[in-house]
Amino acid sequence: MSETLGISPLSADDQEPLRVVLAKLGFDGHDRGLKVVARTLRDAGMEVIYLGLRQTTDSIVAACEQEDADVIGLSMHNAGHLTLAPRMVQAVEEAGLGVPVVIGGIVPAEDVTVLIEAGVAAVLGPGASTEEVVAAVRAAVAHQSPAR
Amino acid sequence: MVETMSGIPLDPTYGDGLQPGEYPYTRGLYPTGYRSKLWTMRMFAGFGTATDTNARFHALLRAGGTGLSTAFDMPTLMGRDSDHEWSVGEVGRAGVAVDTLADMEDLFAGIELDKVTTSMTINGPAAICMAMYIAVAEKSGVGRVHLGGTIQNDILKEYQAQKEYIFPPRPSVRLVTDLIRFTTAEMPRWHPVSISGYHIREAGSTAAQELAFTLANGFAYVEAAIAAGLKVDDFAPRLSFFFNAHSDFFEEIGKFRAARRIWASWMKDRYGATNPKSQMCRFHTQTAGVSLTAQQPENNIARVAVQALSAVLGGTQSLHTDSYDEALALPTEKAARIALRTQQIVAHETGAASVVDPLGGSHFVEWMTDEMERQANEIFDHIDQIGRGSMLEGVYTGIDDGYFVGEIADAAYRFEREVNAGRRIIVGVNEFTENDDDEANLLSIGHATEEMQIKRLDQIRGDRNDDAVRASLAALVEAAGQPDINLMPSIIDAVQTYATEGEIVAALESVFGTYVETAMV
Repeated sequence: MSETLGISPLSADDQEPLRVVLAKLGFDGHDRGLKVVARTLRDAGMEVIYLGLRQTTDSIVAACEQEDADVIGLSMHNAGHLTLAPRMVQAVEEAGLGVPVVIGGIVPAEDVTVLIEAGVAAVLGPGASTEEVVAAVRAAVAHQSPAR
Repeated sequence: MVETMSGIPLDPTYGDGLQPGEYPYTRGLYPTGYRSKLWTMRMFAGFGTATDTNARFHALLRAGGTGLSTAFDMPTLMGRDSDHEWSVGEVGRAGVAVDTLADMEDLFAGIELDKVTTSMTINGPAAICMAMYIAVAEKSGVGRVHLGGTIQNDILKEYQAQKEYIFPPRPSVRLVTDLIRFTTAEMPRWHPVSISGYHIREAGSTAAQELAFTLANGFAYVEAAIAAGLKVDDFAPRLSFFFNAHSDFFEEIGKFRAARRIWASWMKDRYGATNPKSQMCRFHTQTAGVSLTAQQPENNIARVAVQALSAVLGGTQSLHTDSYDEALALPTEKAARIALRTQQIVAHETGAASVVDPLGGSHFVEWMTDEMERQANEIFDHIDQIGRGSMLEGVYTGIDDGYFVGEIADAAYRFEREVNAGRRIIVGVNEFTENDDDEANLLSIGHATEEMQIKRLDQIRGDRNDDAVRASLAALVEAAGQPDINLMPSIIDAVQTYATEGEIVAALESVFGTYVETAMV
């Protein structure tokens, strides 16, 4: 399937497929986008650990540890991103995981800067293409790697 | 006399054969369509505290509105209080926060509840919200018998699409049927369920899946209510539907026409309904939020206009038009006004309301109507089969085995791949993307709401009689354990003690359990 996207499943300096934990935090039940992203990343050759709905920062951190994840993808459609995304970043830091957090969903432009300053690796808005999603995930891991 | 802009007189309907107002209502429910009654322009609103939304309600009523439509915030929709640990960041964001009867009193302060009709979009805790609304009305001297409106109360599509469930499906359907029994006996002007395809479509389904899953859920509620001892013609006239109006113009019109035909024939033939009102598929429509683009957001005004026109040509009874900025945030007042004006232009300038079912008899529209019905029938066959002759059991099974979520996710992914491959053009997203630098002014809701709401909740908890709260919750738990008891009276008792929504939900969860979805892609 990855050939159809024209993207190699493996990043240049890493022969293991990237392991991505995907989840929704709290009440937000809009999972259409996250499911599409899950299939997109899987088709691009990544290992997707799909936690689904009603996760907490603790359950996501635990899944990252158990699954040795390279990156966390969170989907947010309820305007709670300014509160929830920094909490996720903080929970990852406190657990000493060094795993980047990528946000997708409805995030107004002015909030994107705030989230990046809070330590979010990338924010993908509505209409992001498959290539943009895959590239953002890969870039987030690449930027994080030297610090690990 | 109705005539065109150029003075040509128009009949209410054209064509031989089946007429509007005739069974199976493919061509519309009423012989004169919008000439006798225009669709209701019901715009959804809710944000911040109850007091904030109350001000918006008063503004809408001053502007000539006669119907209110309430959006609740996520914690309220999920049956949790504003100070629940998961509520942080969500209080008052996507709708109004309601924790106790006190909030509902503020929400409807100064509004004559026997004069307006109110729509409340809530499902998992629908029975609790309904109880609060009744309690507010009766406190202000309006008996429940005089209340008119709709509560969504459609839990089945929550497991399939919107995911705002609390309890497992079977006890949840008991709450739905308790509310149907209650309103059938005591609230003749109330619509106890709005069977909703809107969210199924937003989650990614095709038009035919939206049609079929929604009507299947409708059949399931009919079977549940009959099993609870009601006669079909006693409650079915108060059932209503809620569909999506997406961008594929003729497909949508075919879907609306097929919905009326299928519902009528199933109600008559399978469920033995003899009252024509039981056979009529009345529906509200909302334009497709998911079709709105964050890129070049003003283009959404055009999308909404075309979608609204499809709903009108399809014969909707009421309509909400989305605001152009909703891919980015809750709408500003200006954006909401443009959305309402769009409906008014369709109603008063285009002539679309002059003739009933103006596309009836078109080779293509009739074919599309048949095709929608054919695809829906295939899905009904599957659900009937997995339910071994019961649509209710079939829907339960389809929820348990992931049939609905799987079908919807497949369709969503197929659509996304088509867009990504450029086989499907979305203007401003994957084609015609130049000049994509306009920024819309967005509505922003601060943190003050959350702090105020939590302070208010603390105050209510401090002022109320805790013994009365505990006694009412204990009585509710007792009643919940007995499947034949209607829970509405116990829930009304509980809200009157200012028990919080979260406390009432927790009491019910202690008997019903909590639903956890199996995560699957």
